[in-house]
Amino acid sequence: MEWLSNLFGSYWPAVEITGWTLIKIIAIVAPLMGAVAYLTLAERKVIGYMQVRIGPNRVGYFGLLQPLADGIKLLFKEVILPTASNKALFLLGPVLAIAPAFAAWAVVPFDMNMVLADIDAGLLYILAMTSVAVYGVIIAGWASNSKYAFLGSLRSAAQIVSYEIAMGFALVGVLMCANSLNLGKIVMGQSGGLLHWYFLPLFPLFIVYFISAVAETNRAPFDVAEGESEIVAGFHVEYSGMAFAVFFLAEYANMILVSMLAALMFLGGWLSPVSFIPDSFLWLLAKVGFLLFLFLWFRATFPRYRYDQIMRLGWKVFIPITIVWIVFVGGMMQTPWAHLFH
Amino acid sequence: MTFFGLHFQDLVFYTLAIILLMAGLRVITTRNPVYAALYLVLAFFTAAGIWLLLEAEFLAITLVLVYVGAVMVLFLFVVMMLDINLDRLREGFWKALPIALPVGGLMAVEMVMIVGVRNFGVDKVAAPAKHPAGYSNTAELGRVLYTDYLLAFELASVVLLVAIVAAIALTLRERRESKSMDPAKQVLVKKADRLRIVKMKAEVEKIVVSDTDAAADVKESK
Repeated sequence: MEWLSNLFGSYWPAVEITGWTLIKIIAIVAPLMGAVAYLTLAERKVIGYMQVRIGPNRVGYFGLLQPLADGIKLLFKEVILPTASNKALFLLGPVLAIAPAFAAWAVVPFDMNMVLADIDAGLLYILAMTSVAVYGVIIAGWASNSKYAFLGSLRSAAQIVSYEIAMGFALVGVLMCANSLNLGKIVMGQSGGLLHWYFLPLFPLFIVYFISAVAETNRAPFDVAEGESEIVAGFHVEYSGMAFAVFFLAEYANMILVSMLAALMFLGGWLSPVSFIPDSFLWLLAKVGFLLFLFLWFRATFPRYRYDQIMRLGWKVFIPITIVWIVFVGGMMQTPWAHLFH
Repeated sequence: MTFFGLHFQDLVFYTLAIILLMAGLRVITTRNPVYAALYLVLAFFTAAGIWLLLEAEFLAITLVLVYVGAVMVLFLFVVMMLDINLDRLREGFWKALPIALPVGGLMAVEMVMIVGVRNFGVDKVAAPAKHPAGYSNTAELGRVLYTDYLLAFELASVVLLVAIVAAIALTLRERRESKSMDPAKQVLVKKADRLRIVKMKAEVEKIVVSDTDAAADVKESK
């Protein structure tokens, strides 16, 4: 440490802060990538068992090395740039898809004080980052210069913008209860056991949030942006090799992110449901794992929504529900039962 | 601490300012409208960065959330679908120039007169006060919005509501010829609406035992 600080001289404080931040970022991103890799395996296994199949079981014991094999395969595949595509934007698309998916993790708390950037407007920041993620899909679809990709990106743009509103309104309820935009404070506002978690007073908002989250991440049954049976995989139809894999990583990283947010804001984050077991990061992992399982379960269970029904659900069902419930919560906070909503 | 003779904050500011100006310039000079929209996105994003430097984190993040995340997405949505002939877009350039140049020049002069150093110089406007770490921009903004500026805020929301109603009223066309379904009816449909169960005796086919060959002959002769 001493010689390092001599080496950089007066720049040492800046270098030290940057270095530590980089180490923390790696400590978040590396396990996240691992989780993404094994989420793909979990998805194939879970859906396999739900459809009375076995799923991947050849590479490694119980198929445990399958994600590695997939990764290596994708790395060595050629990235084909279609001749008629817009090269610069074609390559920018996957980057814009994955960058916000990772950037949003900067404000996610994993435990008491275990957060990269403990900023005051954390919730707002996450909403902004997830709303920027749509550019990856739009730009990829346009730059590919392909009808299918373009249709996929148009569907996706309209869908994500619609569901973002419902999602944002659902979170307004949370910050009314928590009186804060800081994710750590939102979790601490739910302390006191299972009955104090926000999913109880905000139950309709919780349901709306989670379904909107499925729609936001373009997952089945809202995966019309891909729609492999109609528009042959949609916006990423022209992508191959690692460029395709980056979209894939972004989708799964986003799934983990929205599950994490649901766990933090509605299910008490790292707080224990009962007082005699201590709070722990493991609780958060368990909650996120359960929500991720729901994602996979949905995919194995529901047929794809028709597009006009998706729009109807977003605009005519979810948004009115959230507005009514926000007014209801606001009204209840003026009554003697206000403590139930804090 | 200084970098290249600049404070770190100044360095960040100049970097963002250069990107912002370049992006703004490209919005109006680039030929492809999709590029123009994307440069505008970049401009919004860097402007949000500059606002962050001013400790206006709520406004900065809201700029990204609303303008980048929603407004520009819809812009791109429309612009991407347009079939634009770039040459025809440029056709009127020289014809419009004699009028456009004085108008643009006048606007620039007006802006310099108002926003120039005379009114907004460093000596006229005090630097924003530094706030302690626990200062919540969002809470302060909310307090001011719902106390001092309540009337203006309510007026703005009424104006927006009128705009929403007007936009919907202008674009809503009732198309009688299109067949649409009513999801409420679909959900409420019962078995009795679709299916009628009739009680009846089982029908038994009569078996003809006698004279089959003769019957076949009669058919053939017909």
